[in-house]
Amino acid sequence: MATEYASSGEYIKHHLQNLTYGQLPAGYERHDVHGNVEVLQQATWTFAHGAEEVKAMGFWSINVDSMLFSIGLGLIFLFFFRMAAKKATTGVPAGLQNFVEWVVEFIDGSVRGSFSHQNALVAPLALTVFMWVFLMNFMDLLPVDWLPYAAAVSGVPYMKIVPSTDPNVTFGMSLSIFFLVLYYSVKMKGAGGFFSELAFQPFPKFLFPVNLLLEGVGLIAKPISLALRLFGNMYAGEMIFILIALMFGGGWILAVFGGALQWAWAVFHILIITLQAFIFMTLTIVYLDMAHAEHH
Amino acid sequence: MNFNATLIGQSITFIFFVWFCMKFVWPPIMNALETRKKQIADGLAAADRGKHELELAAKKAGDNMRDAKAQAAEVIAQAEKRAAQIIEEAKEAAKQEGDRQLAAAQANIAQETNRAREGLREQVAALAVAGAEKILRREVNAQTHADLLSQLKAEL
Repeated sequence: MATEYASSGEYIKHHLQNLTYGQLPAGYERHDVHGNVEVLQQATWTFAHGAEEVKAMGFWSINVDSMLFSIGLGLIFLFFFRMAAKKATTGVPAGLQNFVEWVVEFIDGSVRGSFSHQNALVAPLALTVFMWVFLMNFMDLLPVDWLPYAAAVSGVPYMKIVPSTDPNVTFGMSLSIFFLVLYYSVKMKGAGGFFSELAFQPFPKFLFPVNLLLEGVGLIAKPISLALRLFGNMYAGEMIFILIALMFGGGWILAVFGGALQWAWAVFHILIITLQAFIFMTLTIVYLDMAHAEHH
Repeated sequence: MNFNATLIGQSITFIFFVWFCMKFVWPPIMNALETRKKQIADGLAAADRGKHELELAAKKAGDNMRDAKAQAAEVIAQAEKRAAQIIEEAKEAAKQEGDRQLAAAQANIAQETNRAREGLREQVAALAVAGAEKILRREVNAQTHADLLSQLKAEL
């Protein structure tokens, strides 16, 4: 399929492009594939073709593919878990309930291990984070061309199926978690307590600007590192899948070699997607634990 | 990386999912798990209790058995003692009866002997007198020799 594109660069660019819906401003010059130029008479809501158009749409546009896949995967998770929860018996569990209980107990163990306070939110939050991130990462294991190609055939120009390779998705989660951290920090320690935690340590009080700078950076780094770690790992993994997929267009020897590589990378990736989901969850728990903890 | 409204959409979705999970997924599953844990704990405790009770019952049964055995042994011992006593008494009674009968028989015999001896003596005396009378018919007067005769009679 890589052969349908003008160049490898084109292929990669296409695969890393989200399906973005937004408003192009009036007077914007649209270039189509044949080199024709169309000047928009008025601001138009449309799907973006290419990175320049995405840029021109500005902040108030939306990545339709990311939203669809992330919401869809989240609903799959909630649907199955809700089904198991509804039918949960105290007798001998079977099938789905077994699996769900296994996951829930695993999450519960992790939360008990890292979170030493009373909060009914943290465990369900951790479960949601883990399962959702895992499912979003799991999309990475689908061969990179299947869904985009199917979309292209049905007239959708772009289709990026791994939501966690979209920084909007990872930052959306990490910022929500960050606000929870801020909320609980203020709730547990009071605004003054939270401020003194940021300002009066690790150095003595008269150095509080230095303290504030250090702790402030540390605080801000939490959501950014959380989001970037997941995004970076998934983006890099996806990129390697795309590069391997390029081999399929390079003769049968390269194609066979590429197939073997893809298989190997996919197997390795099973570990990565699980690990990244686990790390995201664990750090969420740890950050919330730190937000609850009184500083000494 | 370019940021757009997906960020906000994702945050809202995330918050909704977490809320749903917290409200409708986590509590029933945890409930089921806790309840089952408690049931299993209760079951194990009941089993332990049952085992303990069984041990107690076995101990009690053993005690009862031992008591019963001791009692039985005592009863047997008493019975044996009593039997021996009865035999002893019976022997004693038999011996006394034997002695009594023996004594009676001896007395009887002695009586008979005496009587027979008396009879014999009478007869011998009568014979002797009759013989002496025959011999001494002529010269002996019964009156004159009565002294002699009765003396002889006494000697026989």
